[in-house]
Amino acid sequence: MNVMRRSVLRSMGAGSALAAMLVTGLIRPIQAFAADWSKAAFEAKTVPDGMKAIGASGAAESKDVVITAPAIAENGAVVPISVVSNIPNTNSISIFVDKNPMPLAGSFEFANGALPDVAVRLKFSDTSVVRAVVMAGGKAYTSHKEVKVTAGGCGG
Amino acid sequence: MHRREFLQILAAAAAAGFALDSPSLLAAQDDGRLYDVPKFGKVHFLHFTDCHAQLLPIYFREPDTNLGIGGAKGRAPHLVGEHLLKSFGIAPGTREAHAFSCLNFEAASRAYGRVGGFAHLATLVKRLRASRPGSLLLDGGDTWQGSATALWTQGQDMVDATKLLGVDMMSPHWEFTLGAERVKELVEKDMAGKIEFLAQNVKTSDFGDQVFKPYALREMNGVQVAVIGQAFPYTPIANPRWMMPDWTFGIQEEELQKIVDEVRSKGAQVVVLLSHNGMDVDLKLASQVRGMDAIMGGHTHDGVPVPVPVANAGGKTLVINSGSNGKFLSVLDFDVKDGKVSDFRYKLLPIFSNLLPADAAMATYIAKARAPFEAKLGEKLAVSEGLLYRRGNFNGSWDQLILDALMEVKGADIGFSPGFRWGTSLLPGQDITMEDLMTQTAITYPQSTLTEMKGSQIKAILEDVGDNLFNPDPYLQQGGDMVRVGGMSYTCAPEAVVGDRIRDMRLHGKPLEADKTYKVAGWAPVAQGATGQPIWEVVATWLKAKKTVSTRRVNQPALVGMEGNPGKV
Repeated sequence: MNVMRRSVLRSMGAGSALAAMLVTGLIRPIQAFAADWSKAAFEAKTVPDGMKAIGASGAAESKDVVITAPAIAENGAVVPISVVSNIPNTNSISIFVDKNPMPLAGSFEFANGALPDVAVRLKFSDTSVVRAVVMAGGKAYTSHKEVKVTAGGCGG
Repeated sequence: MHRREFLQILAAAAAAGFALDSPSLLAAQDDGRLYDVPKFGKVHFLHFTDCHAQLLPIYFREPDTNLGIGGAKGRAPHLVGEHLLKSFGIAPGTREAHAFSCLNFEAASRAYGRVGGFAHLATLVKRLRASRPGSLLLDGGDTWQGSATALWTQGQDMVDATKLLGVDMMSPHWEFTLGAERVKELVEKDMAGKIEFLAQNVKTSDFGDQVFKPYALREMNGVQVAVIGQAFPYTPIANPRWMMPDWTFGIQEEELQKIVDEVRSKGAQVVVLLSHNGMDVDLKLASQVRGMDAIMGGHTHDGVPVPVPVANAGGKTLVINSGSNGKFLSVLDFDVKDGKVSDFRYKLLPIFSNLLPADAAMATYIAKARAPFEAKLGEKLAVSEGLLYRRGNFNGSWDQLILDALMEVKGADIGFSPGFRWGTSLLPGQDITMEDLMTQTAITYPQSTLTEMKGSQIKAILEDVGDNLFNPDPYLQQGGDMVRVGGMSYTCAPEAVVGDRIRDMRLHGKPLEADKTYKVAGWAPVAQGATGQPIWEVVATWLKAKKTVSTRRVNQPALVGMEGNPGKV
C-alpha cells in the first residue's frame, strides 16, 4: 500500500488535493470562470433544460464516453463516478444525475491537451441514471448508466 | 452400513409410512459407495462454503421456494423439490433426494440422520486428499458467523477449526461483520502462513488500494494453478457499512479480467474464482469474463448437483455452488493437456454424519472449544411441536416464531425479520436450546427495535427488499431472501417492476393506509448507534414462558404470475 502517498495527502488536509489541481489549471470547473451561463445549467430542474444550457441538446450516444459507476451504490451520499472521454479534442465533460432535484452535478473543461478523465463522488437522492456529456470539436456526445440506491440490510 | 443403522432406518421408514420395498431403502443399502469418487487428472479442488460456523452435525431443510425471474426462470439454481430431482436425474425417496431437496423432510431426516459437522467433514477431506495429493481445500466464506461460539469468540473457534481442517484459501462476507480491525487481526496473525484470505474486490475507499491478497498461485502436480478470491460485492449494503468504513467492494468485472490475464501471463494453466457472489451473479460474471476455468461459489446457499457451463468470449467457465451449513463438499478434478484444461469431473457430496465416522482430532478440538460454553449452549428454552426451518424466498417457520415473539413482546402491529439464508432446522418434538436460538440470530448487530412507520414507508421497504431479490439483472440482486413479515398480509408479483411488486397490504383484513402510522418491530438494524435488547434475549424470554411452542402458521404472501414456476413446490 502507498502509505507515503496517503500520509502526504492527509497532511495537506481534506480538499487540498483538488484545490492543488485547480491551481495548476489542469481542470477548471465551469462555475469558476463562466458564471453567466453555468448558473442556468446548474440550476436547471430537468436534464433536457440542463443539456440545453450547456449547449448539448441532441447529444449523440457514444461508446467513447466511458462511465465507471457501481451497479448498486454502497452509500448514496457519496457515489464514486468516473468518466473518461476517448473522443479527440474533448473540451469538456459534464455529469448529470437524472433524478436529483438539480441534475447537473459537475462540469469540467480541459485545456492545453489535458487528459479528459474525471473522478467525482456524487450524491444520489434515489436510484437514478447518471449521464455524461462530452463537448468535442463543437459537437456533443453522451452515454449513461444506472446506479441503484437501496436502503440495505437483509442480505444473505 | 451397520445392521443396527439399517434396522433404525427400517423402523423410521415404517413409522413414516414408507413401503418396506421403497427405493429409499434400496438406495440406503448402497450408501457405502456414496463417497467413492475416483481421482481424475492432476488438478484437484475441494470446496465448501457458507458453513455459518456449524461445527456439529445439524438438520438443514433446503428451500421449497426459490423463484427464478426473467432469464433465471426454470434454471439452476432456481429449481426446488421434484423439479430439481427431475432436472438432475435424482431418484425420489433416496438419500440424495433428501440432501438436495425439501421433500419429505421430517421423515427423511429421521431416517438418514444429521448432516454436516466438521469432524465428519474432516474425515471426508482426509479420505479425498489421500487419493489426491497436492489438492487445495477452498472455503467460500461465511465461516466465522452463524453460531453462539463463533460470536462469543469473535470468530476464533472457526479460524482454529478451519486451520485444523486444512483449509488453504478462503474468501469472505459475514467475516466483515466482526469489524475491520478483528478481520485484519485474524488474517495477519492467526492465519498467516496457513490460510490465504483472498479478495480481489476489496479496496480502500480513498485510493482504491488492495486490502487483501487478490489471488494465490500454486504448483500442483507439475501444473501452475491460480485461485482468485471474490468477497461478497454488496457487504457494505447488506450488512452495516460502519463495520468496514474504509473499504469499498463491488463486483469489479474489469479488475477481475485484468487479474485473470495477469495470472495467465504468470503461467497459470488452471484458474479458479473462489467466489462469494451468489450463483446468479456468478452465472452472469462467467459470461462476461474470459479465462476462468471454474467459479466455485457460495452466498446464495444453493446446493447444485452439477456444474453449469457458461460460454464466454474466451471459452467456457464451470459455475459451481456448494450449498451451506457444512452439508456439502465439492470435488472438482481437472485434467490438463498442452497447458490448458482438457477435461473435468465434478461431484457435490452431501455429508451424512452417520456414514462418515468423526475424525478424532477434530472431534477433540470441537469439544474443547465448546467446553467453556456448554452450560449456556445447552439451556433448554422450550419444546417445538412443529418443524422449524428458515430457508425459502418469503418466510420459514423459525422466522415466524421469531416474528410472533417479537410482535408479542414489543406490542407491535407488524413484525419484520431479515431474509437471512443461514440458520438450521429442528424436527418436531426437539428441544429448542439457547444454542439453537443463537444459530438463527447470532450476529454482531442483534438489536431489536420498535418503530412507528407510515404505510407508505412499509411499502417502500418491502419494494426495496423485493427488488434486491427479484430484479431480473443478477448484478442488482443481493442474494438474501425477502424480509419476513408478521401480522400483515400482502401480495407479491415478482415479475413486476420495483414499485409495483408489493400489492394489497392488509392488517387484520383492512388495507394499510399510506399516511397512517403503524407500530413495526424488527431486528438487525444496519444503521450505527441502534439500541435495543438483543433479539435472542427477546425470543428466549418468550420461549421460556411458553414452554411448548405450537406449530407456527407461516405467513406467506399471495403470489402473482408464479403458477408453474419450477422454483416452487
